Amino acid sequence: MMRMKARTWMMWTVIVLLTVLPLWLIGAQPGTPGSRTLFGGSDDRAQQAIGVIAPGYRPWFSPVFTPASDEIASLLFALQAAIGAGVIGYWLGLSVARERAQAHDASTAAMPAREHRAD
Amino acid sequence: MHIMEGFLPPAHALGWTAISVPFLAWGLRSMGRSLQAHPERRMLLGVAAAFAFLLSALKLPSVTGSCSHPTGVGLGALLFGPAAMVPVGFVVLLFQALLMAHGGITTLGANVFSMAIVGPFVSYGVFRAVGALGLSRSSAVFLAACLGDLATYVTTSAQLALAFPDPVGGFETSFLKFAGIFALTQVPIAISEGLLTVLVVNAMARFNAHELRALPVMSLRAREGTS
Repeated sequence: MMRMKARTWMMWTVIVLLTVLPLWLIGAQPGTPGSRTLFGGSDDRAQQAIGVIAPGYRPWFSPVFTPASDEIASLLFALQAAIGAGVIGYWLGLSVARERAQAHDASTAAMPAREHRAD
Repeated sequence: MHIMEGFLPPAHALGWTAISVPFLAWGLRSMGRSLQAHPERRMLLGVAAAFAFLLSALKLPSVTGSCSHPTGVGLGALLFGPAAMVPVGFVVLLFQALLMAHGGITTLGANVFSMAIVGPFVSYGVFRAVGALGLSRSSAVFLAACLGDLATYVTTSAQLALAFPDPVGGFETSFLKFAGIFALTQVPIAISEGLLTVLVVNAMARFNAHELRALPVMSLRAREGTS
């Protein structure tokens, strides 16, 4: 149990480091090649690459709905993440409560007075 | 891994859609059957779908100086089989294409193929292979989720290279270029996704041992090695 807990903490630490270190490492370099906006989306970079390989290509269809601004776009992304996190939180909460209830039942059942289990 | 709206020539857009549709139909059928036979799995399937929703909304910074997101479909593929994750990935991608101008309707087939088909199937295959080698459940889950995530981005690179071969070097040069953008960026993010998937599977093993025992994938060699 203890080892499991230690491993869980270690995994969380690695995840945080993997996410934070690039910000620090790349952010510290003064001149990154390409001089594009730092930490833009890789999707946008691919789009730029298409422009280099096939300069004549014009997208033949445009999005049916485009968020009015970056703020609206990040609102929608936050909403998507919130829906996911909400469901996961519900499951975790329910699971922890169920485990506690079972532990409680087990401990009361182990008590000498067992009349409530008479059947 | 989102190919932007209109950024695949019509023939490619149609081709990828034609490939993805049968997988989607198969996925819906297999999901329906699984839930009918085991209604108690509804909750865990919901968690797996929520995991994909959450992770694919998180754009994380990477060592290449650009941002990309994990896919989160590996978890569900390990639990319910790869086909079940096709409809889940489809819903996520449709949501992003319609509301966020992220990806697109014309590129939906190609994006579904990379994120909702190649990703889950690679994850599942890796999990079976690593499990057969006798490694621990954690290693199998980690490698499966991590490599499935990477496979999605390698697929996107190949799809773009097919549509836009380099005028001089052809497919290969183009592929290396797109892989440099997508796959390289994805390496640390894929590792994070692998670790996160292990954390969720560990929690499921603790809290949902009963439901998990009924799942064919988790029942066999999964138990040993979890210290």
